[in-house]
Amino acid sequence: MAEPDVPGDLKRTPLYDLHIELGARMVPFAGYEMPVQYPSGIMNEHLHTRAEAGLFDVSHMGQAILHGPDHETTARALEALVPSNMLELSRGKQRYTVLLNGEGGIVDDLMVTRPLSEERDGQLLLVVNASRKDVDYPLIEAGLPENVRLEILEDKALIAVQGPSAVEVVAAHAPVAADLAFMSGDFMEFDGIACHIARAGYTGEDGVEMSVPAGAAEPIARALLADERVKPIGLGARDSLRLEAGLCLYGHDLDETTSPVEGAITFAMQKRRREEGGFPGAERIQAELRDGPGRLRVGLKLEGRAPAREGAEIRLPNGPTVGTVTSGGFAPSLGAPIAMGYVAAEHAAVGTKLNLVVRGKDLPAEVVDMPFVPNRYYRKPKTT
Amino acid sequence: MTTYYSKDHEWISVDGDTATIGITGYAQEQLGDVVFVELPEVGKVLTKGDEAAVVESVKAASEVYAAVGGDVVEANDALVDEPAKVNDDPEGAAWFIKVKLADAGELEGLMDAAAYKSYVDTL
Repeated sequence: MAEPDVPGDLKRTPLYDLHIELGARMVPFAGYEMPVQYPSGIMNEHLHTRAEAGLFDVSHMGQAILHGPDHETTARALEALVPSNMLELSRGKQRYTVLLNGEGGIVDDLMVTRPLSEERDGQLLLVVNASRKDVDYPLIEAGLPENVRLEILEDKALIAVQGPSAVEVVAAHAPVAADLAFMSGDFMEFDGIACHIARAGYTGEDGVEMSVPAGAAEPIARALLADERVKPIGLGARDSLRLEAGLCLYGHDLDETTSPVEGAITFAMQKRRREEGGFPGAERIQAELRDGPGRLRVGLKLEGRAPAREGAEIRLPNGPTVGTVTSGGFAPSLGAPIAMGYVAAEHAAVGTKLNLVVRGKDLPAEVVDMPFVPNRYYRKPKTT
Repeated sequence: MTTYYSKDHEWISVDGDTATIGITGYAQEQLGDVVFVELPEVGKVLTKGDEAAVVESVKAASEVYAAVGGDVVEANDALVDEPAKVNDDPEGAAWFIKVKLADAGELEGLMDAAAYKSYVDTL
C-alpha cells in the first residue's frame, strides 16, 4: 500500500495536539502524522519503558468489532480467514492471529479479544495494523457469512501503557485493570469513562492497551502522564522495544509472501486448526508444518557495534547468500546491535554463524533465540 | 583559525593547511542518540564529496561526506568506543577527522557561522 508523504494527506489521531505540546517530532507513518520521538530521545524513551512505564499513542491502528448471533457463529466466520482457534477462545481472553491469503501468505497480523460479558456474546474485538486497514476490512467483509457483520470503530483512540509500573498507574484510575490476567481484557471505567482495557502490548513488558472514546483520549493520556512514572514514547522506541522482544512488524518481518510457519509464529496456530486446516492456504501451511519450511525467521546478534538494517544480505561465512535482514538496529537494553531476518531453513539453527553485509563489509553475527530481552509479561499468582 | 559550515551540516575548522571536520549540533539533534561511528583510516585520501564517515543512530544510518578533500591525518577513535560523545559535544571533543587540505579553494563555497545559522533557520 502506498503511504502518502504529502503532509496535507496525513490523518491525525485525537492526541495530535498533545504530541505537539510535548515537543514530539512528527513523521508520516501509515497515513498518519505520528510522534517518532519526544525531546528526551529514543534511547531514554526505550530504557524508561523497561524501567518504569511508557505511554504510546497507537490510535492509528484499526479497531473493529465482528458481530454475529452467537460466539460459535462469529468464531467460525473468523476461523475461515485465520489459522487460530477462535471457537475455544474463552470469554475475556485475547489472542494474536494472522489474516491469510489463498497461498497461506500473511495479509496482516492482528489481536482478537472475546468480550468477557455474556451480553456481548457473538462479538469479537479486532485490532489491525494502520497500514493494512484498507486491505483487511474488505477481505474480512468478503469472507463473512450473512449473519456476521464487521463494524469499523472510527470514534475510538487506542492508548498503550507499557512497563513494570504500567498496570499500577492505570489501576489508580481503573481499579479493575489490576485483576486482569495477561492476554485478557474487559470493558471498564477509567475515571468514569467507559473503555476496554486489555493486559497486552507489543514491548515484551507488562502493560495494557486501552480502547477509549476519541474525545476522552486526551484527558486520559494527561491523567496517565500526571504520574511521574509515565513518559510519552514515540514510534522510534516502540520499534526498538518490539525488536528486542522478538515481535514482528508487518510489512517488514511479515508480508503477503511469508507464511506463519516461515515467520516462526506457529504459536498462533492451535492444535485443532493445525490438524483440521480449513483456513486460506492450509495446503501450503500444513505441508510446511509437516516437512519444515524453506526459510525461517531468526534472531541475529552481531559481534561488533555496527547495526545491520532492513535489507542487509545474510551470507554464509564462505560466501553464498542465504537470506535477508527484515528488521535491525541498536538494542538499547543490550547496548548492542540485533536483527531479525529470513534465512534458508538449513542455516536457521541457534548458534549458526552468519555474516550480515553492511556497506559492502561482512559483519559477523550468530543466530540466537528470541526474544533478545526476556519478556516480563504478567503471570497471575496461583491461588492455593 | 576559521570555522566553515556545509549544507550537509558539517563544520570544518581550518588551521593553516589542516582542517578538523565534525558534524554540527543541528545534525546530532536530527540524528538522535548516536550508537555507532565509523571513521576512515589515517592516510586515506578523500576527494570532496567522498563518503568520509558513517554515523548511526538507534533509528537510522547516515553517511558523512567530505566537505573538502585531503589526506586524513588523524581520526578521533574515541568516538568509535563512545559514540554518544557525538551527542554530548558535537562541535568540540567529538570531532571526526583531521585532513591535510588538498585545495584551500574548496572552502570558498562553504558558509560562515552566521550564514549557517540562517540556513538552519529555514529548515
